[in-house]
Amino acid sequence: MNLTLRVWRQKDAKDSGRFEVYQATNISPDTSFLELLDVVNEELTQRGVDPIAFDHDCREGICGACSLTINGVPHGPQRATTVCQLHLRQFNDGDTIVIEPWRAKAFPVIKDLVVDRSAFDRIIQAGGYISVSTGSAPDGNAIPVPKDDAEDAMDAAACIGCGACVAACPNASAMLFVAAKVAHLEKLPQGKVEQKRRVLKMVEVMDQEGFGNCTNHYECMAACPKSIHVKFIAKMNREYLKASVSSP
Amino acid sequence: MPLDAKIPSGPLPQKWERHQFHLKLVTPANKRKYRIIVVGTGLAGASAGASLAELGYQVEAFCYQDSARRAHSIAAQGGINAAKNYPNDGDSIERLFSDTIKGGDFRSREANVYRLAQISNAIIDQCVAQGIPFAREYSGYLATRSFGGAQVSRTFYARGQTGQQLLLGAYQALMRQVEAKRVTLHPRTEMLDLVVVDGVAKGIVVRDLVTGNISVHAADAVVLATGGYSNIFYLSTNAKGCNVTATYRAYKKGALFANPCYTQIHPTCIPMTGDYQSKLTLMSESLRNDGRIWVPKRPRDQRAPNDIPETERDYYLERKYPSYGNLAPRDIASRSAKAACDEGRGVGSSGQGVYLDFSDAIKQLGAHVIEERYSNLFEMYAHITGEDPYRVPMRIYPAPHYTMGGLWVDYNLMSNVPGLFVIGEANFSDHGANRLGASALMQGLADGYFILPYTIADYVVRRAPEQGKTDHPEFAKTCAEASSRTKRLLSIHGKKTVDAFHRELGKLMWDDCGMSRSEDGLTRALACIPSMREEFWKHVNVLGGGEEFNQALERAGRVADFLEFAELLCGDALERRESCGGHFRVESQTPDGEALRDDTNYCYVSAWEFAGVGQPPRLHKEPLQFESVQLAQRSYK
Repeated sequence: MNLTLRVWRQKDAKDSGRFEVYQATNISPDTSFLELLDVVNEELTQRGVDPIAFDHDCREGICGACSLTINGVPHGPQRATTVCQLHLRQFNDGDTIVIEPWRAKAFPVIKDLVVDRSAFDRIIQAGGYISVSTGSAPDGNAIPVPKDDAEDAMDAAACIGCGACVAACPNASAMLFVAAKVAHLEKLPQGKVEQKRRVLKMVEVMDQEGFGNCTNHYECMAACPKSIHVKFIAKMNREYLKASVSSP
Repeated sequence: MPLDAKIPSGPLPQKWERHQFHLKLVTPANKRKYRIIVVGTGLAGASAGASLAELGYQVEAFCYQDSARRAHSIAAQGGINAAKNYPNDGDSIERLFSDTIKGGDFRSREANVYRLAQISNAIIDQCVAQGIPFAREYSGYLATRSFGGAQVSRTFYARGQTGQQLLLGAYQALMRQVEAKRVTLHPRTEMLDLVVVDGVAKGIVVRDLVTGNISVHAADAVVLATGGYSNIFYLSTNAKGCNVTATYRAYKKGALFANPCYTQIHPTCIPMTGDYQSKLTLMSESLRNDGRIWVPKRPRDQRAPNDIPETERDYYLERKYPSYGNLAPRDIASRSAKAACDEGRGVGSSGQGVYLDFSDAIKQLGAHVIEERYSNLFEMYAHITGEDPYRVPMRIYPAPHYTMGGLWVDYNLMSNVPGLFVIGEANFSDHGANRLGASALMQGLADGYFILPYTIADYVVRRAPEQGKTDHPEFAKTCAEASSRTKRLLSIHGKKTVDAFHRELGKLMWDDCGMSRSEDGLTRALACIPSMREEFWKHVNVLGGGEEFNQALERAGRVADFLEFAELLCGDALERRESCGGHFRVESQTPDGEALRDDTNYCYVSAWEFAGVGQPPRLHKEPLQFESVQLAQRSYK
C-alpha cells in the first residue's frame, strides 16, 4: 500500500505546531498502524529528520498509552479498537491519513503526538479506590457478589484510561472515564461504603482539571476502545445527586 | 563471595512465620523518617509502594510510563493462582508448592516457593477487598479455572484481563497514598544507574523523559521492581519499553545476576508476520482450558483447517501427555510446537504455527460460553489477523514472554548489595527454570504486599535515617557518568538506527539462545555479540538532543545495555550443560526428546558477578537443597 500521512509536529509545549506531510510506500496491509509510524520514523531518522514522537507501550490494546486521532477520530476508524490494534487493512491504497494528538485543554501537548494525561491520575488520586490497607481483608468468599453485579462492575472496570473519551467529546469532558471508576466500585458491596465521598471528590477534581461537562453527545462511547457504556454516566449523575443532597 | 540465602531454620511450613517473628520492627513514629525508593509500578512495585506508605514510610516511586497504571503487568491475561481449594478438588498449600517446584523443574528455592504458596490466599482476599471484579459463580462466590501444570482449578480471574484489574487495584492503592502525601510519584522518569556508597545501595540516577534532566535521588533503601528482559529477543510479548537497564546497571554495581538463561517462551502467541512486526501478542494460556492444539498428520498439508478430517489431525499434546493434555506446562508445550513445525507440519503461510481449535468446545458449551470466557482474546485475535476464531482455528506459535532469571536475592528479597531489594519478575527467586501460568501475578503481589514490608523494616531499622541526603561524592560521580553516556550516544551520528541494531541482536538471540540451545550456537553468539556492540557504539544514529523528549535516545540506552547483557545470558546458557525448564540444551535430552536435567552437576543457582565489559563474569554457586520434595524427572504423561 502507498499512503500519504499528514502528521502533527510540535517541538514542545510552547511551539505552536503544524502539519507535515510524509509518504509511506509499499507497506503491507497486515502492518499495524503504529508499525507504520515505526517505518516512517526509520526513514526519517535515516534522512536526519527528527522522528515523530508518539506514546505507545504494550501494543496489545490494554495499557492505554497509545493516543492518536486519525482522520478526526480518536483511535481511528475501527470501532472498539486502540490505535495499536488498528491495522492498515482498514484503509485503502492511496489514502491520505491525518494524524493528530488528543485535543483537549486538560491534556496539553508535550511533543508531536504525545500529550500529558496526568489529570486522570489526579482524579483517581482524589478517591478512585477502596480505602483498604494491606492485611485487613476478610476471606475472599466472605463477600459474595451477585454474578450480574460482578459482570457490570467488570464492564466499567475495563476502562484503560487512554483518554479517547475526552478527545472525542466536543466539550472535552472526562465524564465517561470518571463514571467508569465510580460505577465499577459502586456496583460492589466493598465499594459502597465510601461511595458518597468518592463521587463528590472525583467530580470536584475533574472540574478543577479543566474538563468540560457532559451534554449527551455520546461521542465518548463511540470512540471508547473498550466500549464503556454511557449508562455509567447516568449512574454517576444519580450517585452525585444523591450524595449532594444527603451530605452535610 | 559466600552466598548466604538466609533461609530460616525449622520445618518448611513454619519458616516464614518464625522468620516474621524474628524480623525487627520499626516503631510507627520512626517509619516516616525512612525514605524508600521503588523503581517500577507494576504489580510488585505498586503493591510494595502502597503497602510501605500505608505503614508510614516515605516512598519515592518511579516509572518510565506516563502513568503508574500502564506498567506491563497490565497485560497479564489469564489469572492468578491461590491455594484456596474453593472447588474442593484437592488443592492445598502443599500442592501449590509442589506443583510450582515441579513446574520450575526443581531449580527454585524450596523455602521461597513454600512461602509463596502460603501467601497466595491472602492475596486473593486483599484483591477482593480492593474491589477487583473477579469472575463469580451464580452463588456470588469466586469462580476459578485451570492452568497449565496443574490438575486442580486454582486460578482466579477477571475475564481475560486479570493483570489489568489486579494492577489497577494496586495502582489505586498507590494513588491513595499519593493523596495522603506518603508517596511521591515520578512518572515518565527512567532509572539510569544505581548509586552505591561503600558497598551499600543509597540511591539512583534518573532521567526525566520530558525535560531530559538527569538527577539523583537518595533513600535508606532502594527497591527494584523493574520486570524482566524478554525484549532482548526484540520480538516478545513484553511492552515496547520493557528493558534490562535497571537490573543490569545494578549488576554492574556489584549485584549478582542469577540464572539469566532461564527465559520462558510462551506456547500460545500469534505467529510472526512481516519484517516490520514490532511485537508478538500473547493469547492467554487459559485458552488451553477449552482449545485443542493440533497440526496435520501429513507434512506440508496445504488444506484449510476445516477441510482436514479428524483422522488426519495430530492432537500432539493430548497424544504425548495424556494426563495433562493441552494443559502441559509452557516449556513442554512450546518445544512440542517447535518440534511439529520442524517436521514440516507447521501451518499458516510461514509454516511456523499450530492450530488452537475451539470447535469442540463451541459444540459442547455453545458459542456464548466461549464468548463469556474469552471474548476480549478472540477480538484481539481477529483485530490482528483478520480471521474469526469462532469459525476458523487460531494459529499460534511460541514467543519470548517471561524471564525467570533476575537479580539474586536472599530470603528477605535483598540482593547481595545491602539496601538493594529486588521484587517481582526482576528477581530470580520463585520460578526456577520455568514459571507456571498464573504464578507471575501471585509472585509480584506476594513480594509487594506481604513480604517486602516485613523484611525491609529489619534492614532499615539497623541504620540511622539519612533523609535523602545526596552530598556524598558518589552521587555526583554516578550522575556525571550517566550524563556522559547519554552525550556519547548523541554524538555518534552514525548511519544505523537503534531499532536496526535491536532487531539484529534479537534475531541472533532467538536463533542461538532461544527455544533450543547448543554448544556451537552459543559459542557463535558469544563471538558475534562484542563486534555487534562495537558497531553500535561506532555507527548508531540517535537524532535530537539530551535536554528534550527524545524516544530514540531512551531506546538507545536500553539497547546498549541489552548488547552487554546478551553476553551474560549466552554465557550462562553455555555454562549450564543440562536441560531444565525453559533452558533446553540439545546435548541434554531423553531419547524421546524431553529436557534431561543433570542434578549431580547442576543443582545450583548460578549467580554471576560483573568483572568488566567484555570480561568473563565470575560464577558463584548457591547449591539448591531439597528437604521436602523428591528430585525427579518431570513427567506430565
